[in-house]
Amino acid sequence: MIPELPSFNLPVLTLVTLTPAIGALLISLVDRNNKALLRQGSLMISCLTLLFSLLMVGNFDNSVGTMQLEESHSWIASLGINYHLGVDGISILLVLLTCFSMPLVFLSTWKAIDDRVKEFHIALLLLQTGMVGAFVSLDLILFYLFYEAMLIPMYLIIGIWGGRERVYAALKFFIYTMVGSLMMFLAILYLYQHAGTFDLPLLLERLRTTHLLDENQQFWLFCAFTLSFAIKVPLFPFHTWLPDAHVQAPTAGSVVLAGVLLKMGTYGLLRFSIPLFHEAAYNLQSLMCWLSVIGIIFGACMALVQTDIKKLIAYSSVSHLGFVVLACFIPNVETITGAILQMVNHGLSTGMLFLMIGIIYERRHTRELADYGGLAKVIPLFTIFFLIAVLSSIGLPGLNGFIGEFLILYGVFKVFPLWGVLASTGVVLGALYMLNMVKKFLFGPLVHPENQKVADLSPREILYLLPFVVMMVWIGLYPAPLINMVKPTLSLYVEMLES
Amino acid sequence: MDINLLWIPLLPFLGFLITGMLGKKIGNKSVNAIACGLPILSFVISYAAWSRLVYEGTELHWSGFPWIWIEGLVEIPFALHLDGIAAVMCMVITGVGSLIHLYSIGYMKGDPGYHRYFAYLNLFTTFMLILVLGDNLLLMFIGWEGVGLCSYLLIGFWYEEDANCAAGKKAFIMNRVGDFAFLLGIFLCLAHFGSLDMSTLTDATAISALSAETLSVPLLGSVSVISMIVLLLFIGATGKSAQIPLYVWLPDAMAGPTPVSALIHAATMVTSGVYLCCRLMPLFEAAPAILAIIAGIGACTALLAALIAFGQNDIKKVLAYSTVSQLGYMFFAIGVGAFSAAFFHVVTHAFFKALLFLGSGSVIHAMHHEQDMRKMGGLRKQLPFTHLTFLIGTLAIAGVPPLAGFFSKDEILFAGYQQGFLMGVDSAALFWGISFLTAGMTAFYMIRCVALTFWGESRVDSSLEGKVHEPGGWIGFALFMLAVASILGGFLNVPEFLGGHATLGHFTGLHSSAAAHGAAASFSPEVLHAAEWKSMFLSLAVAGSGLLLAFYCYGKGHSLRKRFTESGVGRWLCRLSQRKFYVDEFYATVFVRPFETMSHLLFILIDRILIDGILVSGSALLTRGLGNWFRKMQTGFIPGYLLTFGCGVLLLVYMMLSLIQQGGAQ
Repeated sequence: MIPELPSFNLPVLTLVTLTPAIGALLISLVDRNNKALLRQGSLMISCLTLLFSLLMVGNFDNSVGTMQLEESHSWIASLGINYHLGVDGISILLVLLTCFSMPLVFLSTWKAIDDRVKEFHIALLLLQTGMVGAFVSLDLILFYLFYEAMLIPMYLIIGIWGGRERVYAALKFFIYTMVGSLMMFLAILYLYQHAGTFDLPLLLERLRTTHLLDENQQFWLFCAFTLSFAIKVPLFPFHTWLPDAHVQAPTAGSVVLAGVLLKMGTYGLLRFSIPLFHEAAYNLQSLMCWLSVIGIIFGACMALVQTDIKKLIAYSSVSHLGFVVLACFIPNVETITGAILQMVNHGLSTGMLFLMIGIIYERRHTRELADYGGLAKVIPLFTIFFLIAVLSSIGLPGLNGFIGEFLILYGVFKVFPLWGVLASTGVVLGALYMLNMVKKFLFGPLVHPENQKVADLSPREILYLLPFVVMMVWIGLYPAPLINMVKPTLSLYVEMLES
Repeated sequence: MDINLLWIPLLPFLGFLITGMLGKKIGNKSVNAIACGLPILSFVISYAAWSRLVYEGTELHWSGFPWIWIEGLVEIPFALHLDGIAAVMCMVITGVGSLIHLYSIGYMKGDPGYHRYFAYLNLFTTFMLILVLGDNLLLMFIGWEGVGLCSYLLIGFWYEEDANCAAGKKAFIMNRVGDFAFLLGIFLCLAHFGSLDMSTLTDATAISALSAETLSVPLLGSVSVISMIVLLLFIGATGKSAQIPLYVWLPDAMAGPTPVSALIHAATMVTSGVYLCCRLMPLFEAAPAILAIIAGIGACTALLAALIAFGQNDIKKVLAYSTVSQLGYMFFAIGVGAFSAAFFHVVTHAFFKALLFLGSGSVIHAMHHEQDMRKMGGLRKQLPFTHLTFLIGTLAIAGVPPLAGFFSKDEILFAGYQQGFLMGVDSAALFWGISFLTAGMTAFYMIRCVALTFWGESRVDSSLEGKVHEPGGWIGFALFMLAVASILGGFLNVPEFLGGHATLGHFTGLHSSAAAHGAAASFSPEVLHAAEWKSMFLSLAVAGSGLLLAFYCYGKGHSLRKRFTESGVGRWLCRLSQRKFYVDEFYATVFVRPFETMSHLLFILIDRILIDGILVSGSALLTRGLGNWFRKMQTGFIPGYLLTFGCGVLLLVYMMLSLIQQGGAQ
């Protein structure tokens, strides 16, 4: 599909990871009043990163299931910490998703952020390095550093550029995730003490060949890792930080949060919790599955009663990512393929929904559903784009959302019909709360005269929404290239878990 | 010439893209040309494909590309296939569809959403064709949900009315409930057949290999896999094809523009449940217990909808309930194994019901969007052509020979009669009785509808006096064509005892009764023909008495009607019928409102109080408490600080050292 690109023996992953950070350094040299240059510069940097990520795809071999494009350098030798990067089928799509959304996010903030533009762009660029770095790190400490490094810019983005109650939301976000990460950090150190390495592939090998950990140790380590990731996802009942964070965050913050950051949780489960401690994961399977299924249904019920659009979509994320967690704990090739696609799809659909709510918020400065209604007549283009995003989110067959949901639900149903059936109710509920929202938001009579003069999408807005639509249709109709990319890795992965 | 099947759905899709994106710029004339021209072209290709099938016997196939494809695990291609059933459906969809597109040019003239309307209509045609041509169940599901989407968009086409949006939403969500079961059925198929291809799902050896497998289902106990699949798919069909218990969305769907009601909610989309059953005939035949359920649901739906149709005053609501009722007939036919009769009824129903809806549209258009029959009457004089075509449609649906409905309905009733009396299946006999009664009721309420609208004294509002004119133009053309089809459509499948060849049945290869595939002893032709004559006379008699009773009630002297409606029981029955047996209210109190209340309660109890209030804030309070306690240690006494600092440093150094030691040891 993708033509073979010449390999220059470039450290591609380093380039993808560090370009935004280096860009942030450059941006910090720009005069803070030159807002245009700040904006364009950041956009250019993120585009360059996208280019590098495409180079990464070009050099990625679809027929190989192991780690690729690995880079390994000794970093803090005395502590055995290495600078070890690599991608495989599990991470490559997430890296791509990150690099794909960032330029669009930058484009979306041109008007929304006018205060402390320089700091904002630096924070976003650093955030990107954190996200990509976490996806490609194969050293636990390195991963942990990137994982934590994301937290600070996000905290600042919510706390500085957020809404009225931004400080409360930022703090809630920070403390929630910090609690989780501390647990994980302790677990990493404990693991090091027993296995003697931070290197993930090595660790997996050692844990598998020798029984280093007894059941009890596995259990506690699994809990520590999983707690951290479950908060990030967020899994029921650790989800209450999310609606507040979303509501208070500026648009760009919400998009990155929903689009990429949450996937860090599900990615962590797939990459660390489950393979490292799969006996514990197996023992706790039914608990985790129940939590996911409850999350799917509960999140949908919560979304149904929200009056704030952003909160509604935040709860829909709880519901949608419940599918992914469910898939992670019933691992077979179908579910995990579905889980990875669902992560990408959720990033696209929810990302786009948040962007569009940002657009309307810029014009009307309210997120209450009651303040809208009848907008379809005033802003028809907006309505069309919004409907496409909604349909993608409720999993209309032919659009991207359906592919992931179908694979997950089928894979689950095949093994555990009951959970499959319960989770499938999410499909009905999803349509219920989304269409309720659309009806109140866009249709019906135009009751508020303030809405009469709302402007439709501008060319710039269309420019950054269109790529989402293209991806939605493409993945919906022709997901084969993506599936081929992840398949070899997942076959190995499932084989490893089963052994 | 090679025919690529992809063009059949692709052409309307191009129409959707062009009219949707450029509609405003290119003007209404170009929109007409593109939005109507491309479906007509699609009809031409369908016709060509059909004639290939007839004359050369080649079933066309487009192998497409891999869609959801995990090598060796889930292999679902995007492929199209055209066999006899699909060919007939394609012709009906593009043929009737094109007529309705043309009709819409007249009907929608001057609407501000003109191009949007045609874009939706073209998109609908695309999805409907994918539904029909899809070579596997999941591809069919794309079409299945896609038509649901278009239905949602078109019901709520005039979105400024709250009620229209609510109706659209209701339709989509009710369909999703059905689709939930459909999806589970798909999972079961994929898990047990290992494929979703139509050829595998209808393969006799594959089905018989599975026939012994069972599942244990909560509440139902041990059920055979095939029965479960068929049951789930049928529940999916009850959503789309408006059967008990999921029919309540269809009458509300009349909020959409009338041509939409004709195309989507009468002629094509709502019959896709029946199409699904026909498509998977061998699978359905392998689950006789479920077929009995299907027959029951079909017959009961037919009866219930007919009862409700008596009391409706909105002309479109009458037609909507009659659609539900006729769909019930089709499922009854499926249930008694008469797949060919069900499919035949799909085709004839598409003709006469589209005709009736378009006729009602013509009335509504002439009456400046008045739909209440109590404000009509006597329109025969102003709208003679519409009256004539509407009457043809009415007689066709009532089953008057030799119009289209007579043949198809007769075949259905005979299939029921055969299974109930010749083969001695008690349940089939009962359901035949219900369907038989309903046939008479159909004739009655349709004549009521004609009488209230076109006959008798005019009750038209004085402000409309002299303004009511025959629409003519494309509207007239479409009515004419459909009237012809409603008259002649029955000759597609004239049964053998009347000297026909059952052409449609042979062409599609569908079975005409449970006996046809050897489920029971077959009968000698003499016995069968005698029964067929008997059944035909019975159905003629019941239709005739329905017609006569209606003429008597709604003709000149209507003392009978008055006496009935003013009696205690009569008034009670009328009210029950008018209020649709309170099913909507029942659903609202039992399902909708409790669910909403529960969600609110959960939000407050769990999210607000338990998690945020007690757990999160509780731990914050705890932290603050601890902080206060620690604060007491901040005494300002420097040596104390130093001591703590020193201890901390020592602890850290110890940790580092032990780590390094560990690292070195490895």
